[in-house]
Amino acid sequence: MTNEELIIAQDLSKDYPIGGDFFRALDGINLSVKQGEFSGIIGPSGSGKTTLLNIIGALDTPSDGSVNVLGNKVENMTHTESANLRNNFLGFIFQTYNLLPVYNVYENVEFPLLLQKIEKLQREEMVMQALEWVGLTNKAKSRPSQLSGGESQRVAIARAMVKKPKIVLADEPTANLDADNSHHILKTMVKLNEELNTTFLFSTHDEKVISYLKRKIMLNDGKLVDDILVN
Amino acid sequence: MINFLFRGLIRDKQRSLFPIIIVAAGVMMTTWLFSWMLGVFNEIIEGGARFDTGHVKVTTRAYNEIASQMPNDLCLTEVHTLLNELDKDYPGYDWTPRIKFAGLADVPDENGETRAQAPVMGFAVDLLSDHSIEDERLQISKSIVRGSFPNSAGEIVISDELAQKLEVGIGETITLISVSANGGMAIHNFTLSGTVTFGMGALDRGAMIADISDIQYALDMENATGEILGFKKNLVFDQEQAVSIKEEFNKKMSNTEDEYSPYMITLLDQNGLGEYLVFAQAAGFLIVGIFVFAMSIVLWNTGLMSGIRRYGEVGIRLAMGETKSHIYKTMLVEAFLIGLMGSFIGTVIGVAGGYYFQEYGMDISGAFKNSTMMVNDVVRAQVTFTSYYIGFIPGVLAMLFGTAISGIGIFRRQTATLFKELEV
Repeated sequence: MTNEELIIAQDLSKDYPIGGDFFRALDGINLSVKQGEFSGIIGPSGSGKTTLLNIIGALDTPSDGSVNVLGNKVENMTHTESANLRNNFLGFIFQTYNLLPVYNVYENVEFPLLLQKIEKLQREEMVMQALEWVGLTNKAKSRPSQLSGGESQRVAIARAMVKKPKIVLADEPTANLDADNSHHILKTMVKLNEELNTTFLFSTHDEKVISYLKRKIMLNDGKLVDDILVN
Repeated sequence: MINFLFRGLIRDKQRSLFPIIIVAAGVMMTTWLFSWMLGVFNEIIEGGARFDTGHVKVTTRAYNEIASQMPNDLCLTEVHTLLNELDKDYPGYDWTPRIKFAGLADVPDENGETRAQAPVMGFAVDLLSDHSIEDERLQISKSIVRGSFPNSAGEIVISDELAQKLEVGIGETITLISVSANGGMAIHNFTLSGTVTFGMGALDRGAMIADISDIQYALDMENATGEILGFKKNLVFDQEQAVSIKEEFNKKMSNTEDEYSPYMITLLDQNGLGEYLVFAQAAGFLIVGIFVFAMSIVLWNTGLMSGIRRYGEVGIRLAMGETKSHIYKTMLVEAFLIGLMGSFIGTVIGVAGGYYFQEYGMDISGAFKNSTMMVNDVVRAQVTFTSYYIGFIPGVLAMLFGTAISGIGIFRRQTATLFKELEV
């Protein structure tokens, strides 16, 4: 593990207009995340977890302060620049898997590589490797409708990991899974974190996820209230 | 990427099959309707041209003023000379003299008394010259119901309906009672060689066709004729050329001070055909315009519905780092492929339908039962090169246009809310 800081937030605030007023979703957040961390943003609903994840994922911009992701200042990026950042360096895992229903498992995992214009042979190798990481090589030809919830989320992990991103952002990845599947998924992600040194940043209030985290970033009412490293 | 999109398109029937059916149906209707209308319009124009207007027509100035009265006293004279000049100056046209006349057809009994009588509309055409193609042009031989085509002077054919009304048989005498070019009474005996069905209600009710030499003799019109009709040799009316010939001829031959000087008109100057042609062209454009407009709205709506259905897909693609403009472009590529397939299928079916109606036609005699318009009882579609793209191009464009409008929504999508949206 290196000490390279991939994410640096300084005095980050985010306001949303409500009527004639503003709602402050994030308030003066200072944070840095180093390569290879397995961290989680933890807090109750409305604490600002997803807003912070959005900004780090270059899906939204801060109202005040600065966020630097892999050397890119999110507040200054154009739509195309932020899309390129996501395409090349970030992976996303969603609560509801969001697999493309008309494509099979192999094609769903292949899609990010198509966006990167990677050659077919290399693509094939990378997709099969990603499916091997999540233990789904035997399901390559299956459609999402033929998979269980746990399998679908593993496909989503393979899709996020296939391009070997620097950072994976996961928003409540186990919210729709039972305990067994949740543990299976989390163990898979821990393994990938250790083997590939990929940085994982979760947004969660699920105890099962929290128990796997090596760093817990606690938010409440948009403020960073605690930051705990777990040995 | 294109292969990837194409696979998705084929598998997702709601994204492909339904829009393809819509485009194909619209293109098919446009293609077929265009071919059908073209056939009907051209049939009306060409049918009228063969029997009445020619592609161009030469008369005297005075005759032209009251042509509907068939004023043979205002006929052209020195016709052989005029025909030679027309042949020499305009070799791309076939020039033929015609005399239209009206009269009574009288069928005598064995005592020479009137047995039956009926009004007739007569056409004197060049039936017997070796070089004449009037039989082919008017399709008289093909239309013979009883008897045969006139083989010698003094023989005529009449419509079968008139023959039945007069109860006259093949080989019997029919006396034409009419008015000569000098204003006197003209009476001439003919022998009925055959009866025909013209397939045009106006002619089938009471038409007579005689050789022009016989009528010239009967109506005191030696080396004279009411009209000289010019037909383009490839049988296709060329508006620009016809107008040009008319202007050149009239400048050279016609004298505004002399009412007996020859005067040329085109078929557009007759029977309101000019306005008709403009109407026909406008109708063609209108059909295509309505199609493009209606299809664009339908496909716009289809695009919007698809956009709603694919909301999650677009969201995940944005999150994965695909740019909005790339998603928009891929949707346009999809629309292009769908438009291409739908337009191809629609054109094939539309053209096939056009060819069917070109071959077999449709009997519309009921609609023109009491009309004096010279319209064929069976009208046919006409498939031309234009038929192959008149629906095809709008089909592709309408699909693209519909998607282009509905796809603008992608650019309004807020990436900031993607996590929330994709939780659904």
